[in-house]
Amino acid sequence: MAFSTATAYFAPQPFPLNTASPRSHDNPLITPASASPFFGSTPKLRLSPSPKFNLHRRSGSGVSVSQVVKEKKPKSTRSLLITKDEGLELYEDMVLGRAFEDMCAQMYYRGKMFGFVHLYNGQEAVSTGFIKLLKQQDSVVSTYRDHVHALSKGVPARAVMSELFGKTTGCCRGQGGSMHMFSREHNVLGGFAFIGEGIPVATGAAFTSKYTREVLKEVDCDHVTLAFFGDGTCNNGQFFECLNMAALWKLPIVFVVENNLWAIGMSHLRSTSDPQIYNKGPAFGMPGIHVDGMDVLKVREVAKEAIARARRGEGPTLVECETYRFRGHSLADPDELRDPAEKERYAARDPIKALKKYIIESNLASEAELKAIDKKIDEVVEDAVEFADESPVPPRSQLLENVFADPKGFGIGPDGRYRCADPKFTEGTAHV
Amino acid sequence: MLAIARQRILGQSFQNIRPAVSVLRSYSSAAKQITVREALNSALDEEMSADPKVFLMGEEVGEYQGAYKITKGLLEKYGPERVLDTPITEAGFTGIGVGAAYYGLKPVVEFMTFNFSMQAIDHIINSAAKSNYMSAGQISVPIVFRGPNGAAAGVGAQHSQCYAAWYASCPGLKVLSPYNSEDARGLLKAAIRDPDPVVFLENELLYGESFPVSDEVLDSSFCLPIGKAKIEREGKDVTITAFSKLVGYALKAAEILEKDGIYAEVINLRSIRPLDRSTINASVRKTNRLITVEEGFPQHGVGAEICASVVEESFAYLDAPVERIAGADVPMPYAANLERLAVPQIEDIVRAAKRACYRSVPLAATA
Repeated sequence: MAFSTATAYFAPQPFPLNTASPRSHDNPLITPASASPFFGSTPKLRLSPSPKFNLHRRSGSGVSVSQVVKEKKPKSTRSLLITKDEGLELYEDMVLGRAFEDMCAQMYYRGKMFGFVHLYNGQEAVSTGFIKLLKQQDSVVSTYRDHVHALSKGVPARAVMSELFGKTTGCCRGQGGSMHMFSREHNVLGGFAFIGEGIPVATGAAFTSKYTREVLKEVDCDHVTLAFFGDGTCNNGQFFECLNMAALWKLPIVFVVENNLWAIGMSHLRSTSDPQIYNKGPAFGMPGIHVDGMDVLKVREVAKEAIARARRGEGPTLVECETYRFRGHSLADPDELRDPAEKERYAARDPIKALKKYIIESNLASEAELKAIDKKIDEVVEDAVEFADESPVPPRSQLLENVFADPKGFGIGPDGRYRCADPKFTEGTAHV
Repeated sequence: MLAIARQRILGQSFQNIRPAVSVLRSYSSAAKQITVREALNSALDEEMSADPKVFLMGEEVGEYQGAYKITKGLLEKYGPERVLDTPITEAGFTGIGVGAAYYGLKPVVEFMTFNFSMQAIDHIINSAAKSNYMSAGQISVPIVFRGPNGAAAGVGAQHSQCYAAWYASCPGLKVLSPYNSEDARGLLKAAIRDPDPVVFLENELLYGESFPVSDEVLDSSFCLPIGKAKIEREGKDVTITAFSKLVGYALKAAEILEKDGIYAEVINLRSIRPLDRSTINASVRKTNRLITVEEGFPQHGVGAEICASVVEESFAYLDAPVERIAGADVPMPYAANLERLAVPQIEDIVRAAKRACYRSVPLAATA
């Protein structure tokens, strides 16, 4: 069935893309954590290499596209997956994410940043692969590991860095912090500290898109929402509640699981009865897809299809990206439980290096151009730090601001009168 | 006497309202009677009609016509896209409502009782109440969470808790609790139009009760201010504050006290957060005695906050210690006689008022 990566170690088994079999119960991958076949891309995998995969609503299979992309060898004369501009855009975005997070670590240890800081190093391919396909009006909902999602969506590095320093020029005026990045302009809807909390909010945003199209009759509204969350979240009740409702109401949402195998110190295998998260999609009536999250091109291919599906109104998709975080859960995490060999294995699959290699080998750009991008990003990040340093801290008067949208919190409008006393408070006329 | 007092207060509150269809209408003094249920239903109907962004979601709000029939007829009128029957997933659908509100839709999320809101309280507090603050004003959440709150009759411990104090302690939320039909209509309309998250605590036992309402109340643009309490009955000897069903009890207690020469001033709080401290304090400064009445647990309750507010602002005016009447400090028992003991009754209010007036036997009125 759909145990794509697991089967590679046991016996190379072909599996068709559209299998009608129900969820299988054989679960061959409960092996000692260090040698688990679940992790690591599998060149031995054989799978029917059709790049156009049909995602039937009730199909019992998850799908791995590792092989799909691997087949396109860069050195051949076949068409490439990305153009030069796209390649450079992806590279730049990933390098921005990495450089920014590294700078965050430095600033934290210098005391400029405080509290809980969760860094995204190693997972850049997921953020870049998905978010760079979105329009401005599409929305992104994330967890506390949200700096890079905000950056990919377009929030300026200066605004994010100032927010982290707690300055009033931050994207949330210093009131949100590392875990609560919001941007109305770029439709970044947070930044939630509780895992699983963002998933229903994202589902609601997708609901709004559908409602806008169908009830408010703005027929060209095709906004899509992406919900990013981790492997630990996939055991949480809210996740399943939203899979159910999103599939039930066919909402334009993509559920992106960043499976980095560890929830703080809890290994995914130790906490999950069926560790293959993409299986949970078909159980609720949506396709479940597994993709190698360390390869931005593979992620991008899957993302294109999932987002297009949502835009067409065909409903949600669950995409499990197998990825890894190079640093600990947060900057306060000593990260003692993870096996150094595992970390090395994944460090060798660094998405930025992989993309760089691809770009150079396909002759999309030269090394010099990529180095120029590295340098440019370094300057952007340095500038962000300087800007944040020089920005003022919030004034005392800011403490009590923004609690309510209604300016005085008493149902009093901007003109000082009670809103309810304003005859224009009702929009339109009511007919009972 | 009561009606006249109310009429006067009504006049004061509504002088700025110009109802949509005002001119040709004559305000007759013969008041119509509607139940709280009808009041809520009509408020929802009118708000949904006026603004296409308002939609309802909750368990059994659609085909079942509402677990308590509050949303009766709305599915037929507005269709399943605007009246959504949800699966039994409070956390999920509350979060979906919040996410939709982030984008400016105006969800009205119904909890079958507020006890079930505990499954969704993370979304009410963390993603609704705090969002405007965390995003520094970028994202406001114009959502209403409504449903019956507090004890019903014989429903046991897990269905009887009053959540006013819990939600009212959280900045970023507005917490309203109506008593009669006028409150229900006006406050629900205000809540739906309000750009902030509102927790609207109704009471199941009041749904079927009828109250007289004037024509202004029945008008479609009628709204009550959020954050203002109402003096239901004026008096000079002791102030009794209450909300929801216990306002009725307090009014009855006031009638009993009147026979003994104690004239109680009954304040219907209407808004638990923001609390109308100025009205309460002004009243205490007039009467010099205070009794707070609530149905919820006593520790850290609404009465505790009112008492603290009065002690902070009007201490010199108090002639007697503040009396707090609350539910018993136990989970709600099932047996009918025990349940009666666990919830404030009219006799408790009367006794407390007399204690506050230093009179435990009926005497001629003084002062």
